[in-house]
Amino acid sequence: MTELNLNDWESVIGLEVHAQLSTKSKLFSGTPTAYGAEPNTQASAIDLAMPGVLPMLNQEAVNMAIKFGLSIHAEINQTSVFARKNYFYPDLPKGYQISQYDLPIVGKGKLRIVLEDGSEKVIGITRAHLEEDAGKSLHEAFQHLTGIDLNRAGTPLIEIVSEPELRSAKEAVSYLKTLHSLIRYLEICDGNMQEGSFRCDANVSVRRKGAEKLGTRAEIKNVNSFRFVERAINYEIERQIHLLESGGKVVQETRLYDAIKNETRSMRSKEEANDYRYFPDPDLLPLHISDAHIETIKKQIPELPEQKQQRFKSHYQLSDYDAHVLVAHRELAQYFETAVKTANGHAKLATNWVMGDLSAALNKQNLDITQCPVSAEHLGQLVARIADETISGKIAKVVFQAMWDGEGSADEIIATKGLKQVKDNSAIEATLKDILANNPEQLADYRAGKDKLFGYFVGLAMKATQGKANPQQVNELLKKLLDA
Amino acid sequence: MHHKTVAEIAKDLAEKRYSSVELTHYLLSQIKQKDPALNSFITVTHEQALQQAHDADRRRANGQATAVTGIPLGHKDIFCTKGVKTSCGSKMLDNFIAPYDAFIIEKFNAAGCVMLGKTNMDEFAMGSSGENSFYGPTKNPWDLQRVPGGSSSGSAAAVAAGFVPAATGTDTGGSIRQPAALSGITGLKPTYGRVSRFGMVAFASSLDSGGLLTKTAEDAAILMNVMAGFDERDSTSVNEPVPDYTQTLNQTLANITIGLPKEFFTHDLDPAIAASMNEAKQVYEKLGATFVEISLPHVNLSGPVYYIIAPAEASSNLARYDGVRYGHRCEQPKDLLDLYKRSRSEGFGEEVKRRIMIGTYVLSAGYYDAYYTKATQIRRLILNDYQNAFKQVDLIMSPTAPSTAFKIGEKANDPLSMYLSDIYTISTNLAGVPGISIPAGLKDGLPIGLQLTANHFREATLLNATHLFQLETNWHRQHPTF
Repeated sequence: MTELNLNDWESVIGLEVHAQLSTKSKLFSGTPTAYGAEPNTQASAIDLAMPGVLPMLNQEAVNMAIKFGLSIHAEINQTSVFARKNYFYPDLPKGYQISQYDLPIVGKGKLRIVLEDGSEKVIGITRAHLEEDAGKSLHEAFQHLTGIDLNRAGTPLIEIVSEPELRSAKEAVSYLKTLHSLIRYLEICDGNMQEGSFRCDANVSVRRKGAEKLGTRAEIKNVNSFRFVERAINYEIERQIHLLESGGKVVQETRLYDAIKNETRSMRSKEEANDYRYFPDPDLLPLHISDAHIETIKKQIPELPEQKQQRFKSHYQLSDYDAHVLVAHRELAQYFETAVKTANGHAKLATNWVMGDLSAALNKQNLDITQCPVSAEHLGQLVARIADETISGKIAKVVFQAMWDGEGSADEIIATKGLKQVKDNSAIEATLKDILANNPEQLADYRAGKDKLFGYFVGLAMKATQGKANPQQVNELLKKLLDA
Repeated sequence: MHHKTVAEIAKDLAEKRYSSVELTHYLLSQIKQKDPALNSFITVTHEQALQQAHDADRRRANGQATAVTGIPLGHKDIFCTKGVKTSCGSKMLDNFIAPYDAFIIEKFNAAGCVMLGKTNMDEFAMGSSGENSFYGPTKNPWDLQRVPGGSSSGSAAAVAAGFVPAATGTDTGGSIRQPAALSGITGLKPTYGRVSRFGMVAFASSLDSGGLLTKTAEDAAILMNVMAGFDERDSTSVNEPVPDYTQTLNQTLANITIGLPKEFFTHDLDPAIAASMNEAKQVYEKLGATFVEISLPHVNLSGPVYYIIAPAEASSNLARYDGVRYGHRCEQPKDLLDLYKRSRSEGFGEEVKRRIMIGTYVLSAGYYDAYYTKATQIRRLILNDYQNAFKQVDLIMSPTAPSTAFKIGEKANDPLSMYLSDIYTISTNLAGVPGISIPAGLKDGLPIGLQLTANHFREATLLNATHLFQLETNWHRQHPTF
């Protein structure tokens, strides 16, 4: 694309997130929701839309939606209505999807996000509603035919619709990550984007800076990673600006993101869009939720990222940034707290290890904290041994690597490898004397003013003790010997 | 023999005057011999019926019989029956065998009833004559040139002919009461929510009610005791205690007030039907009931409202018949659209297609508010009319249908005239209240039906009033000879 005056334009983004609720059974049938089972083994007569079968609402899904609503400070609608969204597709057995339309279970709410520069922004959430997922059409493996797998048909989803208040792809990603973190804290969704448990459609439009009126939007469908969301939105923003600057018009349409080519392509225009003929589902009564029930659910909400961040800052004296990173994932925060506890409260040191060596090692192997080979207790023990000077920070790296390789706990490794720090003054002094005696030239140079050689002697001493000498003691004793 | 009631058969079986197997053999032979003239059954479950009869006799011998053990029944082919074809009168489901029983089938099976077969019906319960069946029209045993009414055409004809003492039916706009009237039998549509819809193929979900076609109110009471009740699988079924309907059949009507809606007694009412209504009124007065004229101001809008709401729901309910998972699939589909178009064009009959199109239209963007929303608002006004009326009266009386049985083919090409067959019955479905049709006269040898409606969950009052009427009259004991 040619050079664009990106700065003349403002982008307006709204996101629709579909999060699969981690209920044991489907939204309107008692069928289990297990992922990855043989095709059509998790589908009952209700999921297959046999004649005469009827939907039965799963209360667990309702409770999860309430939980979500409360956590974004939204109004829970005491009466909400399930509606039928009618369209034909082979993986939609009833010929309609049961969703919510006029009256969703969750009304207006808000989500606080942290931007790259550390500033905060509050994004409005228009609504969130319950709906059932469709099955899957499988086009590979069947020549000239399409396979239908209805295992997913009827799985509960919560669709979360944001206000068009996001102004860049980065903001959109930050919003998504915050939402992702929240639903996982609430334990209402496993957040697995590869398996499609957390999917996102992005509505993108642009307008000249200062303009009031919104531009025509395009909807980008089903982007399944944070990285792709960012790329797809950026591509779409540039496409629209380019179009408008060259005198063209954005048409309202649905576009599909192609991650391989990094572009969005038109899927269908507004004219081709389905008329879904929504109407209240006569098989389901309006859903009524009492105040008492909302209170009960409120009590089940765990500490959420925002509160946890505040607590980490005050309780562990962490920086904004450290606290933000640590609370982003419920499991990471949990790991950190366990490690600190085992490390007898040495929070600062534990933070450095979790955010430093541990994170680096995880990133290198593309693992997340739940797959970490080093348990929080073991890391905590390592931190404790550094704190009580059993080992130096340097030796700690050796111990950490051994723990990572599955050689046992910190204490076991220190013991079997004999890595305990040498703190005996006379032993260190003897080693230093040997070193100075064996390096007369360097000693002479040092004495002639080459101060840098101090480090050289320290290095030799650490090498001679296999790193076990207490570095501070080595420094002090060496200084004493050289100055003598 | 074959015009005995459920109550009489139950007594005979209890007294061991004949066995359930003997009775079943006899009725199956009647059906085999005479049903070709009526076409009231789509499927006769010969072997299964004899097996059930055998089980019933054994159960009786073991002293574990219920009030209905061994009672033969026909079930409208809209109720799913495990292992037995459930066609709903449609080519679309000609090959469909459900792996489950409908709620009421479960109940009747558990009580030891014997299913003789699945009865004919208008396709997907859409029709008032039985002519819209893929399996051909059902004939009225009172006059084989005439329709038995519909959509529960086969159930009505089979009971009137004495093939079964009673049969199940469904009523969305009059599909139990109107055929009961035209066939000279008793037809009960319970309150919406009183009987579970689970396993009952949906036509219009907010209106569909499972019910009974019987010879007497007493029989309806006996069978309602079996099939009424809450079912968690139907979210619209109501968890309201079920009374013993047989216990209140003989209560006095001295404190009962019956309303005559002026909207239903107009000058264009057929004089013979008007005369029957008048006679019935005198019977009830003799029984101690008081009559008042009432008004249901919005009831004249029932037809237009019904023919928006019912097709709207049907257009969505019938979307599942797409040729993908079960049911009719066209030969050699070119692509997905072709599969949908041809499977549905071939599988559905004209009336079903007409209603799918009407329903799709009224739900479409731009028309929804003018049709569907407006219709639901008027529906609420009709319900209010009934609620106001029932503050004043216990029962509302009217004809069941505007005419006696009409000739086959007479209205087949005039849907609007056909739709008028239900003008007295539709409003009760819109209000969700129960209604019953009672044989109340004959005109030129054809039965006339009287309709009573009551407030929600007042089936006991309906059955009580009908039973006492039937003790005073003989219309329900008139049988066709064919």
